[in-house]
Amino acid sequence: MIKKIFPVVFLVLSIIACSSDDNTITTPPNEGGNDVVFSRASMLRNFADNIIIPSYQELSDNLDALEIAKDGFIAAPSQPTLDNFRAAWLTAYKSWQRVEIFDIGKAEEIQLNFQMNIYPVNTADVEANVSAGFYDLSSPNNHDAIGFPALDYLLYGVGATDIEIIEKYDTDPQAENYKDYLSAVTNRMKFITQLVLSDWIVNYQNVFAASTENNASSAANKIVNDFIFYYEKGLRANKIGIPAGNFSSTPLPDRVEAFYNQEISKELALDALNAVQNMFNGISTVDNAEGQGFKTYLQSLDREDLADLINEKFNAAREKMQLLDANFTTQINTDNTKMTEAYDALQAAVVLLKVDMLQAFNIAVDYVDADGD
Amino acid sequence: MTNHFQTYISKKTNAAPLAVFRIGFGLMMCYSIIRFWAKGWIESVYLEPKFHFSYYGFEWIQPLGNFTYVLFFICGVAALFVALGFKYRWAIITFFLSFTYIELMEKTTYLNHYYFISILSFLLIFLPANATFSIDNIFRKRSFEQIPNWCIDSIKLLLGIVYFYAGLAKINADWLLKAQPLKIWLPSKYDLPIIGESLLQQNWFHYAMSWSGMLYDLCIPFLLLYKRTRWFAFVLVVFFHIFTRVLFPIGMFPYVMIIGSLIFFEADFHKKIIAFIKKMIQKVIQINASAIAILPAYHLKFKKIILPIVLVFFMIQIIFPFRFLLYNGNLFWTEQGYRFSWRVMLMEKMGSTTFKIVDGNTGNFFYVNNSDFLTPLQEKQMSFQPDFILEYAHYLGDHFSNQGHQNVEVYVESYVALNGRLSQPFIDKTVDLYQEKESFKPKTWILPFNDD
Repeated sequence: MIKKIFPVVFLVLSIIACSSDDNTITTPPNEGGNDVVFSRASMLRNFADNIIIPSYQELSDNLDALEIAKDGFIAAPSQPTLDNFRAAWLTAYKSWQRVEIFDIGKAEEIQLNFQMNIYPVNTADVEANVSAGFYDLSSPNNHDAIGFPALDYLLYGVGATDIEIIEKYDTDPQAENYKDYLSAVTNRMKFITQLVLSDWIVNYQNVFAASTENNASSAANKIVNDFIFYYEKGLRANKIGIPAGNFSSTPLPDRVEAFYNQEISKELALDALNAVQNMFNGISTVDNAEGQGFKTYLQSLDREDLADLINEKFNAAREKMQLLDANFTTQINTDNTKMTEAYDALQAAVVLLKVDMLQAFNIAVDYVDADGD
Repeated sequence: MTNHFQTYISKKTNAAPLAVFRIGFGLMMCYSIIRFWAKGWIESVYLEPKFHFSYYGFEWIQPLGNFTYVLFFICGVAALFVALGFKYRWAIITFFLSFTYIELMEKTTYLNHYYFISILSFLLIFLPANATFSIDNIFRKRSFEQIPNWCIDSIKLLLGIVYFYAGLAKINADWLLKAQPLKIWLPSKYDLPIIGESLLQQNWFHYAMSWSGMLYDLCIPFLLLYKRTRWFAFVLVVFFHIFTRVLFPIGMFPYVMIIGSLIFFEADFHKKIIAFIKKMIQKVIQINASAIAILPAYHLKFKKIILPIVLVFFMIQIIFPFRFLLYNGNLFWTEQGYRFSWRVMLMEKMGSTTFKIVDGNTGNFFYVNNSDFLTPLQEKQMSFQPDFILEYAHYLGDHFSNQGHQNVEVYVESYVALNGRLSQPFIDKTVDLYQEKESFKPKTWILPFNDD
């Protein structure tokens, strides 16, 4: 009897041993005669080296410039220094659109997105902080009182005209408090961005690129989920859907990004869409060279049709967005149909990303822990 | 004919295989309950969701709040009692009822193997699984050498149905001619050592696995039945189930099937197992077995009731999986008659389904954020199954009506991808689902499947 059982036991043990073994296998060239030589490791490497880190670097540089412009403004509040500060804010805000996707690693840990771009800004909290003169900007309670939206308010919303705004930082009894708050917010943005960037360079770059497994905690799966989540929530819902009233009984025109600026909500949304499409196509932030991305991943799975279709939908969404007013608030108040059409065009790609692309990659939509059949 | 049947029914066999089966089943079920509890699934599946998907006709079965823990505790203890053969009849009835109640509380976690456990425990209610080697023997001071042969055959038949029907279900164009969905699933296991980047990426291997999986399911009951092929078949069973366990997150199912298929072995084999366990027990406690009278044969009480029940049970088991023939359209697409039919790991289907709440008078509308109401697992399952979509539409309709919204109409925009085809519209978006009722009738609002 034992003799008969032995082979069975041996078989079981050897399979179990195999399954818990943790060897990394170097990826052989692709089978099936595809043109593209793809590997997940090289895709992650391309994301990290050519897209994510350079984008953070650019943001970090632009925040340095923002701080210099801010210092110039608070040293001598005037129209030229204000204009200078605003221009630096816009440049930095535009570069932020390239990194919001990467809610992974240190950024996820410190909730970078919540600290940099929660809108609408809570102006009551901002004013309360300014009046109080003391605040803990690292507190989650202040997430909606800091970051780019807070600067949007402080640079464009604290007065009805530019003259009134400059007065706030000049002759207003609380001028010093306003200046301090500007500095505190800018410092915080610089500090947390630097934290994330240096973690990527010192530590996470290689960890990320090596984490290619197909499980809930691997970087490969998380970056796919982050990408889709950002597209669906950060871009489609936050920038277009929510202000257009797609999720409420009536439109909410004051929910647009950069509401107080009143000129750039479209520009920022288009930047975000470009960032999404570039990442999909693996296009380098440094030199626009095309590398490994979700597109080549799909091609390696013989799903070039899907990759093309997704790019078509992105392009169609861009065309719809380009029809909109530079200020989404104006667009919503004059002709909201165009906004909802842009939303529908963006939604068309959600289906392809969330259903077709995830099915092709065979990745779980989110962390779902359950048995299958 | 009746004569043959009578002789068959009165045929006796050794009680040991059924006793071993009872022990294995009870222990595995007890472990399953502990495992489910330990993984925190009682909270995430039964307690945290605001809303539960119910089976048609069983909407009254809902989680019991914190008493859900008590229910699991009862179920686990009942399973242990089954293993021990202690108050066996009460234990197996309790297990059947509590386990089935648990499964009926939430449709999202439907698994064929849970259904299998439910119906198997139902069948076990009528079998004398405590006839030998049970605590009941000690208390009643008697045990039985033999039991009716059909009692063991019935379990073999049930296992055979599961395998054979699973094999029949694999005979379809996607599985055999396109190697789908294995062509999607296997390459995605690239991180498995040795085979991950090599074998699992090969086209021929996807086809080989599809065809051999189908043949395995169809043949294994017969290979297990015949003595000459039995050991070979058992090696196949172990290999197949361990292999699928390595590839897919299928929980306890492989172990249940491996242990379950031991029932096909001869009584001698099981006697040795019992002797072995006895030796282990004797090391710990001394049981005076001499007080137990060993009677030659167990006589079924209520035979006139039990036999018809078992017969009807099997007739249902054989006919029920074919109910899909009553519906038009692609079975995988509409899923009308899909469940409870041993369609195991058969298709890769995903969907994206958004709900639009419309004021019927003004035409004003807004979209629902599904994650406000559903857990990720619920949303995933709801997105591609029509009965889930309908039930959720009614829940949303009621919810927003109660919130004071007027003339609520619920429309759905749903896209579903099946076995690697491009996603396509799934539900007629012009139909107000709030007005549609769940029934066994064909769901006319499912759009036809477009297979190019």
